[in-house]
Amino acid sequence: MSADSSHGNSPAAVAIEHDLGAEHEHPTWSVYWKVALVLTLVTVLEVWCYYLPSFVATPYFVPVLLVLSAFKFTVVVMFYMHLRYDHKLFRVLFTGPLILAMIAITALLFLFGKLAIRTGLLT
Amino acid sequence: MATSALPTLPTADVGHGYTTTGLPHRKVAIWAFIGSECMLFASLISTYLIYKGRSVKGPFPHEPWTDPANGHVFKPILNIPVTSCSTFVLLMSSLAMVLALAAVENRDKPKVSLGDKILGSSRLWLLMTALLGITFLGFQAFEFTSFVHEGLSIRTNLFGSSFFTLTGFHGAHVTAGVIWLLTMLAIDFKRGLGPKDALNVDIMALYWHFVDVVWIAIFTLIYLIK
Amino acid sequence: MATIAAPSYAAPADYSVGEGWRSWLGTTDHKKIGYLYFFTALFFLMFGGAEAEMIRWQLRAPNQHFLTAETYNQLFTMHGTTMIFLVVMPLSAAFFNLLIPLQIGARDVAFPRLNAFSYWVYLLGAIFISAPIFFNAAPNAGWFGYAPLTTNAYSPGLNIDFWALGLQILGISSLAAGFNFITTIINMRAPGMNLMRMPMFTWMAFVVQFLIVLAFPVVTVAVVFLVFDRFFGTNFYTIAAGADPLLWQHLFWVFGHPEVYILVLPAFGLVSEVLPTFSRKPLFGYPVMVYSGILIGVLGFGVWAHHMFAVGLGPIADTVFGVTTMLIAIPTGVKIFNWIFTMWGGSIHFTTASMFAIGLVGMFTIGGISGIMHSSPPADLQQTDTYFVVAHFHYVLFGGSLMGLFAGIYYYFPKLTGHLLSERLGQWHFWLNVVGSNLAFFPMHFSGMLGMPRRVYTYDANQGWDTFNMLSTIGAIIVGVASLILVVNILISRKRGAIAGNDPWGAGTLEWSIPSPPPVYNFAHIPRVTSRYPMWDLTSPHLTSDVPHSKAGDQSIEVDVAGVEQGHVGGRTASAQPTAGGRGVPVDSGARIPTAAELGIPIPYTTTKPFFTALGLTVMLSGLPFAHMDKPVVQYVLLFCGASLLVGSLYWWLTSPLEPEVEHPQHTAH
Repeated sequence: MSADSSHGNSPAAVAIEHDLGAEHEHPTWSVYWKVALVLTLVTVLEVWCYYLPSFVATPYFVPVLLVLSAFKFTVVVMFYMHLRYDHKLFRVLFTGPLILAMIAITALLFLFGKLAIRTGLLT
Repeated sequence: MATSALPTLPTADVGHGYTTTGLPHRKVAIWAFIGSECMLFASLISTYLIYKGRSVKGPFPHEPWTDPANGHVFKPILNIPVTSCSTFVLLMSSLAMVLALAAVENRDKPKVSLGDKILGSSRLWLLMTALLGITFLGFQAFEFTSFVHEGLSIRTNLFGSSFFTLTGFHGAHVTAGVIWLLTMLAIDFKRGLGPKDALNVDIMALYWHFVDVVWIAIFTLIYLIK
Repeated sequence: MATIAAPSYAAPADYSVGEGWRSWLGTTDHKKIGYLYFFTALFFLMFGGAEAEMIRWQLRAPNQHFLTAETYNQLFTMHGTTMIFLVVMPLSAAFFNLLIPLQIGARDVAFPRLNAFSYWVYLLGAIFISAPIFFNAAPNAGWFGYAPLTTNAYSPGLNIDFWALGLQILGISSLAAGFNFITTIINMRAPGMNLMRMPMFTWMAFVVQFLIVLAFPVVTVAVVFLVFDRFFGTNFYTIAAGADPLLWQHLFWVFGHPEVYILVLPAFGLVSEVLPTFSRKPLFGYPVMVYSGILIGVLGFGVWAHHMFAVGLGPIADTVFGVTTMLIAIPTGVKIFNWIFTMWGGSIHFTTASMFAIGLVGMFTIGGISGIMHSSPPADLQQTDTYFVVAHFHYVLFGGSLMGLFAGIYYYFPKLTGHLLSERLGQWHFWLNVVGSNLAFFPMHFSGMLGMPRRVYTYDANQGWDTFNMLSTIGAIIVGVASLILVVNILISRKRGAIAGNDPWGAGTLEWSIPSPPPVYNFAHIPRVTSRYPMWDLTSPHLTSDVPHSKAGDQSIEVDVAGVEQGHVGGRTASAQPTAGGRGVPVDSGARIPTAAELGIPIPYTTTKPFFTALGLTVMLSGLPFAHMDKPVVQYVLLFCGASLLVGSLYWWLTSPLEPEVEHPQHTAH
């Protein structure tokens, strides 16, 4: 959160930043369509996994799907939502709550017995 | 102590509309809003996952179910091919959305080739985003009605309640986004969107992409993981 | 201390006269909205207080029948709901509105119309949830409304409908305000006001806004499930369909525990403003105060299940939540010690404001200690659902939140109205309050330890509870008298109190540099902030000389630090001419404050669109209960009219400009 305070505060700095802000160093068409292609391929891969009964039966199925969707999520957020290029403040405003949300989901699943620590020591 | 004279603080010569970070208010607010929405969908997704497999009667998402009362066999309810298509549609709408934003931001840049002109048409890409959004909603309407036909309503069991509420909340977000897009499109046709409208389109795009990433999570957690 | 400055200024401008009720309905001025929040919350303080008095009167002795069991249920539910959602949160919101822009050197909040919307949603939601008590249909399942108790099967009737929908409406108000204040604090700080120079109240408010925007969505979802169960026949809380009876409890307390910090952190912030001023010392350990505030906020999301130890979560969950609960005592304790060290060695002035602040330090510590007792699951199993818990949360919420807010009221009332509150009445208020609240709440520890359960409408004699209950009732009556004194004090002093002047207390932060009440534009010139206590740097430099001033960032904002420091030595403060909070606008005694138009400051238009949007929302949701009264026509008419009003006003609002066009088109941020 201290990100913004380190930023230039003078009117001149603000004006410069506005100019930059209007242009952004946003990626262009060539990046956008590649991202779309990657998203499509990963989605195809996910659905393909779903239709492989031998793979679904392995303990890797769920983690692989989670990693793939986390990858898609990250790519959209980084490139389409421009978080990779934008002000650090936005990264903080988004990742903070996102981490909290993921911890909350995990904690609730533990509490309702949907996840379990399988160390053998705690049961 | 209270002096009768007011001390004179040093003053800053900043114009109206100055912001500390140099970032526009509305963009800060939309990111805070998106952060808040993370918790909203986290609660909905948690509930769905907590209740997964706890319904005392079917139909179920991934397994067939035989009604003990009349022996009627219900198929697994989720239709992965259809939902994969709608997922693809929503992903492509995000592509259209970034192109619309880029077109608005670069409206004043000269466009030479046909490719430049197509890529630079904010109306085309806004319309495309809205249409893809409407297509997604169409898929969802088809999905909901076919589920109801197959015997799963919001009242049937825990799966029905949590599934329809979660995806319905997401659908409501998409609907709001489509209305937003169509409003922006109307403004574009009325007076044309230029670089000074880029902020408004940017905010709309952030909302739209967020709705998209929520669907990415829902697609995996609800549809694909058995 | 001669706290009252010579009235060398014009008599304060009076908000309540002039343009009449229309100016209130359409205001977007954060100070007027703060004023509205303040008086509405004060009204509900009396309302919730009256409910408490009736509860205590019923419990004064065994086997009383002053109230029926059903009325008692409604009263204790509404007492909790009122005090939390309609009193403490809005009183905090009144201070957020009034103070955040003033403390950070801004002219308004980031979204003035959204701010008005928040207030109107709060007011209409408060009426929606409170009015049913006059028709014996008030919510009756406790402020936490545990499902499945609140589902149709166990709570038929309209009572819970009003509670669930009312909570939904009030949540929208808090969320809208949360986004607004987050943006305001991030983006509207005056040049030089970096995060480590922000006044502590603004800091705590900042943390609270994040708690609000992250915790309220969770309870929104829990209540949506309840509303769907009640109106559309879903199964979220239907145990027969396989639902888990703990789902509501978990979702509710994921919200509910951060909510506790939402209630208490603003009071902590106010105390952190009051104590340095009246100890004539800067706040001790400012950075640690900031970090502990943030840590309380973060840890606050990780302790919720300590409200549910009695349900049997298992050893792992019990241990984890017990440990996190104990951990959260550390940053809280740090705050207590820092307040004590702030006072240590200071020249303490005992005004009503500082006495309430010191009262908070003492009372909250008692409540905090009994809280740590609850963090141990085995101990909690003995205490849960007894009056011991009631004693605990009244010490933290009354002795903590409310005492802090009272301190804030006495401290900031002059800034809000231009008039000081009467110190004589204030002393009566304080002493009766301290004696009454301890008499009311301390015996509850004993009645609770002796096994008296919460939420019972009466009890049998010979269980050892009689004396303690009688003491609690006497204490509650004394607190009631004290609160009436506060109201009388406010109503009298609002117009007739001693004229405050800009800085009646000799405080150090920005809000005291401008007239009281502040002009509509707050700051004629946006100040340039060079330290944590900009006013003390000028008026009492010896107070801040020991404090390591952070000079970081001064170069980048082109502040001539040396010049500023010489400025006050060179006698700027000795200048005989008062100025209106900025350079070059001298104000003689009795001279008027320049208007915004004269200074060329654009002021947002007065607009009723936020009000009508809020009205549409409330009308729409008030259609739903008619579904349970078999009046579908009324239901659909209200739903349709409300939705149309909501959507129409919202479009009208979003397509109309906020304020007149300005001559600085290069800054287009709104």
